[in-house]
Formats: sequence, structure tokens, C-alpha cells
Amino acid sequence: MLVITTNHYLVLSLLLFAIGLVGIATRRNMITVLMSIELVLNSVNLNLIAFSYQHSDLTGQIFAIFTITVAAGEAAVGLGILIAFFRLRETTQLDQATELKG
Amino acid sequence: MNALVSSGPAIVFYVFAALAVVFALGVVTLRNPMYGALCLLGTFLSIAVLFLLRNAELVAVVQIFVYGGGIMVLFLFVIMLVNLHKLQEARLFGGPLPGVIVLAVLLLGLFGWVFVQAQFAPGLAQPEMFTSFVDQHGKLQQLGNSQAVAWNLYTKNLLPFEIASIFLLVAMIGAVVLGRRQ
Repeated sequence: MLVITTNHYLVLSLLLFAIGLVGIATRRNMITVLMSIELVLNSVNLNLIAFSYQHSDLTGQIFAIFTITVAAGEAAVGLGILIAFFRLRETTQLDQATELKG
Repeated sequence: MNALVSSGPAIVFYVFAALAVVFALGVVTLRNPMYGALCLLGTFLSIAVLFLLRNAELVAVVQIFVYGGGIMVLFLFVIMLVNLHKLQEARLFGGPLPGVIVLAVLLLGLFGWVFVQAQFAPGLAQPEMFTSFVDQHGKLQQLGNSQAVAWNLYTKNLLPFEIASIFLLVAMIGAVVLGRRQ
């Protein structure tokens, strides 16, 4: 009989976190970077739920709901910035964002 | 047959964990952001199933509604709004790709080792903890995960809840101001 422990969830969450991290740091398309951030936030949620189950405590689930709230706000503002930037430069490439360079 | 039935949750876990990782790789590696967004949707849904396996029914539903519904529609709208032909990247990856991959592998190795070494007792000691709460008369209520989470949210976590609502208002106003034509 196969049993899933918290370790399984931790390793899966770690994999998703690493994939998201590589996406954030290396992709040049702003939309893909925002999607990678969502991946990282989701991997954190997975950890919260796994430990909530481990300790039989609801607080992890409450915290996961707050994380989802913050992720929603972050996506809205991030995509708003993206639209504003696209109007200015007609591109979504991050290396074209040099407005603040002296 | 009996062993197969008792291993059911484990099999579901492995299938959806593999799906989540494959879709996540798709998000990071696919050139077209539209395909990336659809892969992201696959990851969200797989993770919702994994939440269900951990007695987090409400969070799984919220995950599907907010991520699979709201955030995904937001992404798809923006991808369609910006001209897809101009999104063709000359180079897919930029920046210090080898350094980042080395860093990610080091992170994977370090934390992976710790996580595999750590011993957690399998199974759940008190599954009823996720469906029960003590109401205002001090009576133990056994209703469901949604009721238990809601009770906890509106009593012990009322202040964070209000702060979250203000945060959402601020984020909404910010997004409207940013998206408005000057």
C-alpha cells in the first residue's frame, strides 16, 4: 500500500518553486514572468495545505486563502503595469524596460 | 485488488503531481504565451486536486474559482490585448541562464535532501479538525470544511480578513489607474 506523506508534498512544491524561479529569472517576456510568479505562489500554497494536514490545524488553509487573495491582487496590478508598458513601448520584452536607466 | 483500492489516493497524487510538473515546465519553456497560459491552467487544476487529497475542500474550490477562473481570464485577456505577433521573442531566455539553472539545481538538491530526510508521520491524526468548530455557545459543531474555515476566518482571523479586503480595493483602484488611457 502506497502512502502519501508530507514529504511528497514538500518535494513536489520544491519542484514547482524551482521551475517558477527559473521562469522568473530567465524569461524575457513579461507575461511569462508573471505566470511564473503565480507558479511560485501556488507551490507555497501546496506547502501550507500539506502542513495544515500534518498538524491537523485549519490555520494553514486560512493562510492559503489569504495567499490566493494576494496573488489575485498581484496579478491585477502586474497586468495593469504590463498594459501601461505595452502602450508606451509596443512590446512586452523585459529587456526593453529601460525607462528608469540614468 | 484491495491493495490497489487502498493505494488509490497515492495513485491520484502521483498522476496529478506529474501533470502539475509537466504543465509548469510548459509555462516556462513554451514560446507562445497563450500556450503558456493554458499550461498554467492545467497546473492550477492539478494542484486543486492535490488540495482535495489533503482535506482542503474549500481551498480547492477557491483555487479553481479564483485561479482557474479570475486570474486565468485576466491573463488570457491581456495576451489577446497585446499583439501576439509582436511577442515573438528573438531569444526565448535572457539574462544569466546558466547561473540561474545552477542556482535552481543547488536549491533543489539542498532542500530536496532535507525534505527527503525529514520524517513525517503518515496519515492524519484528527480528520474531524477540518470539519468542526466551537460556536459562540461553546458547542462543538460538526458541519463541513467550508463552515469550519468560515468560522475560523470570521472570528480568529477577522482583522487579517478586513485588511485583505482593503488590499483588494487598493489593488483594484491601482489596476484601473494603471490601465486607464492617459
